[in-house]
Amino acid sequence: MADLTFTDQNFKDEVLGSETPVLVDFWAEWCAPCRIVSPIIEELANEYGGKLKVGKLDVDSNSQAAQDYGVMSIPSIILFKNGNPIKTMIGAQSKDNYKREIDSILGL
Amino acid sequence: MYDVIIIGSGPAGLTAAIYTTRADLKTLVIAGGKWGGQLMLTTLVENFPGFPDGIQGPELMQNMKKQAERFGAEFLDEDFVSADFSLRPFKLTVSDKTFEARSIIIATGADTKWLEVPGEKEKIGRGVSSCAPCDAFFFKNKNVIVVGGGDSAMEEALVLTKFATSVTLVHRKDSFRASDIMQKRVLGNPKIKILFNSEVIEVLGDMSVTGVKIKNNQTNQISEMLIDGVFVAIGHFPNTGKFKDIELDENGFIKVHDHFLTNKEGVFVAGDVHDAHYKQAITAAGYGCSAALEAEKWLESSN
Repeated sequence: MADLTFTDQNFKDEVLGSETPVLVDFWAEWCAPCRIVSPIIEELANEYGGKLKVGKLDVDSNSQAAQDYGVMSIPSIILFKNGNPIKTMIGAQSKDNYKREIDSILGL
Repeated sequence: MYDVIIIGSGPAGLTAAIYTTRADLKTLVIAGGKWGGQLMLTTLVENFPGFPDGIQGPELMQNMKKQAERFGAEFLDEDFVSADFSLRPFKLTVSDKTFEARSIIIATGADTKWLEVPGEKEKIGRGVSSCAPCDAFFFKNKNVIVVGGGDSAMEEALVLTKFATSVTLVHRKDSFRASDIMQKRVLGNPKIKILFNSEVIEVLGDMSVTGVKIKNNQTNQISEMLIDGVFVAIGHFPNTGKFKDIELDENGFIKVHDHFLTNKEGVFVAGDVHDAHYKQAITAAGYGCSAALEAEKWLESSN
């Protein structure tokens, strides 16, 4: 599954209402460390396929979702399950770190 | 088996990689989960020669990486775990993989030094930051402080003025050590206030930053300041924690023996991990070049 684009408008349906767990990558064009994380997120989207919904949210144009979840530093990755934020990972991290948290949420 | 493994991917590590690959040495760069080093957290770099209009820090690092890749350097975007320098070839562990190398260049650089005061650690990313270019956006129409007195503190403050209502520079001494040009820009900016002889002793707030406690170190008076963000720019500490048998100096930097050699023969060092003095992108790049040339010479002579 390729990565999706989340917005303030589709957040409720796509993220909070999702049956599968969701990874949201809060990012922006001007954020250099976000550019390090982006390709990793795309790889994760491919590797986890249908088990995990993966998408990006541009904080520049979608400030509501960022504000709702207290995002004050990007990149921030938040994992959602059944509409609840389960895990927040702030700052660029290694792929292994992301996988560890995803695996624990998916019960792998 | 690699001829050289370079640990670190800032200006020192990448310059070393350009030189070792051009010397036809099989090179692996252990770039880390966050590759690129400190320049990835900056905006415009104006003092790196060759760029008359300046260059964005992350772009400069992208260019250096491309240049190293062009000559065949291999990259691993994972964090280095441990090294065994007691036997040759040297053995390095990264995640669950082990690599062997005939020589090593340590270029792990330095990381943000935090204030280490109550209330700080749990609010990193929730109002406490070390990267104004990354996080300034979230402080639109808010009040922030920047702690520090060097060039990075000045840059952080100037970046923040584009978003924040007010920026206060808090510094424990009575003058800045920043370069004149950066000080002038700060002093000329009406949004920036300056608080000398002052130390942050606590970061206040539960889920996010609501203020700081500040002590005047001349009068010992303690006051509270209501602010929304704390940007920390008080310097860096060398990333040496994972090297067991490498000798350090009294300040924790890698001790350099003759010509960029550590206490272990075949293990060289470059950049901020040994340089407590200059700490510039261009000096780190220069050290990377020197260490690579020394490693090349040593490999030839030990054949």
